[in-house]
Amino acid sequence: MILEPFAFENSIIHRLDPRLRLVFAVVFSIATALTQSFAPLYPALGISIILVAMARLDSLALIKRIAVVNVFVLFLWVVLPFTYEGDAVFIIGPLAATEQGLMLCGLITLKSNAILLVFISMVATMPVAVMGHAMGRLKVPPKIILLLLLTYRYIFVIEQEYQRLLRAARVRGFAPKTSMHTYRTYAYLVGMLFVRASERAKNVDNAMVCRGFSGEFHSLTEFAFKPVDSVAAVLMVLALVIIEGARWASILI
Amino acid sequence: MGEHSDIENTEKEKKQKDPVIELENIVYSYNNGPVVFDGLSFSAGKEDKIGLVGHNGSGKSTLLNVISGLVKPESGTIRIFGQEMTKEADFQQARKKLGYLFQNADDQLFSPTVLEDVAFGPLNMGYSAEESRQMSIRALEDLGLAGFEDRITHKLSGGEKKLVSLATVLVMKPVALLLDEPTTGLDRATFARIIEILNSIRVSCIIVSHEFDFLEKTTSKIFSMDKGKIRYSGESEHLHTHFHTHPMGETPHSHNF
Ligand SMILES: Nc1ncnc2c1ncn2[C@@H]1O[C@H](COP(=O)(O)OP(=O)(O)OP(=O)(O)O)[C@@H](O)[C@H]1O
Ligand SMILES: [Mg+2]
Repeated sequence: MILEPFAFENSIIHRLDPRLRLVFAVVFSIATALTQSFAPLYPALGISIILVAMARLDSLALIKRIAVVNVFVLFLWVVLPFTYEGDAVFIIGPLAATEQGLMLCGLITLKSNAILLVFISMVATMPVAVMGHAMGRLKVPPKIILLLLLTYRYIFVIEQEYQRLLRAARVRGFAPKTSMHTYRTYAYLVGMLFVRASERAKNVDNAMVCRGFSGEFHSLTEFAFKPVDSVAAVLMVLALVIIEGARWASILI
Repeated sequence: MGEHSDIENTEKEKKQKDPVIELENIVYSYNNGPVVFDGLSFSAGKEDKIGLVGHNGSGKSTLLNVISGLVKPESGTIRIFGQEMTKEADFQQARKKLGYLFQNADDQLFSPTVLEDVAFGPLNMGYSAEESRQMSIRALEDLGLAGFEDRITHKLSGGEKKLVSLATVLVMKPVALLLDEPTTGLDRATFARIIEILNSIRVSCIIVSHEFDFLEKTTSKIFSMDKGKIRYSGESEHLHTHFHTHPMGETPHSHNF
């Protein structure tokens, strides 16, 4: 689908069992997020970079994704060091940057990038429908999966619907100005969007029900745990052991 | 030829063996809306090919919604394949054998790719992924859509959406087809192809259409919706002299198809 730039490549990562990838991404993220020190984050980031490289993704799309998250991180770098309590490292005008603030920014930067890269390489490399199916096999409740899949599907439909309404207004000579007419038109557009979205939801539900849908999503993809998956699983466990090992080492020492 | 009276009409229905779809005294109106059905009765027999006509807003789409249980009438009985429909579970079973093509194809397609959408029905019916895939590919081929498998559904043209929707319905091998304006927006070649396909499968059909030449070629009986009721209007062959009670009445006239 439109915003799945990574899902349809064909690398070794793409061929791994989606269930395995999903589990690894989640466990990896939890392990990384719990870390309070820098030591485990270096191997974590290293592993995530290796995985992204192995997935052979379109580099432009990849850079865009990473940039989006890091713009937010950059914002933290601007604010956090000057607002966090601690020992001043340097002073700009009336503001003092604290060591603890800077450390926290560093931690957040490493953590968020490692988690982001692992999710890009492990999860964004499968179509969302497959992800839903994999979640089903991992015993995630069907209602949650349904919510996820349909939300994902219909965000685009609603966006398109909005574009269509806007186009309909434009072809009849609508040009936004600062006037009551403009505000009213936008209000109508938004109102109409809600009506259409709920109407659409009902119609799609009807369409699904008519074709025998009873709450469970099936998929054309069949999962098979292949020998290569076993090898990958061992490597993944090893990666997690390294990260956790580094974490415990930094705590105990 | 004159109009058939309602009495003749019901007699005709009684004679039919194994009715596939039977509606009795259906009353329905949308919330705060006008009365759509006012004691409507109707039945379709096995392998009957029925054309349903009526002016815009006369309730044709609503009728198909009632048959498939998407809209629950205020009163009246619905029997499908001889079974009375009382609860949602009854309709769930019936829908597996009813193929309903919506008037608006945008409502019908919801999976990202064409193949996934066509396979949705077979998967729900319990076919394996591989069987579903094969069935879907064949259904697409039958409609001249070979090679469309990986196309994104919402990026298809209007006519293509209509055809894919038809594939999603036909792939389930329904016993009865409910087609709501299946030919709007199709070119003449595709139009002819659909006629050919509909004539080659042994199913009951209720086809809503405003295109008389289409109904003439695909159906044998015509019913019309009028003032909350449904009325038998004759054989499809005599569509022109028979159906148009207004504005041309029985005066010979031509249509610009
Ligand atoms: N969701 C709805 N809510 C309220 N009223 C509705 C709704 N859908 C249809 N109606 C009304 O019910 C009546 C029958 O509509 P229906 O869509 O069944 O007509 P139709 O015969 O299919 O028309 P067309 O030939 O234009 O498709 C119309 O008066 C319409 O305004
Ligand atoms: Mg209609």
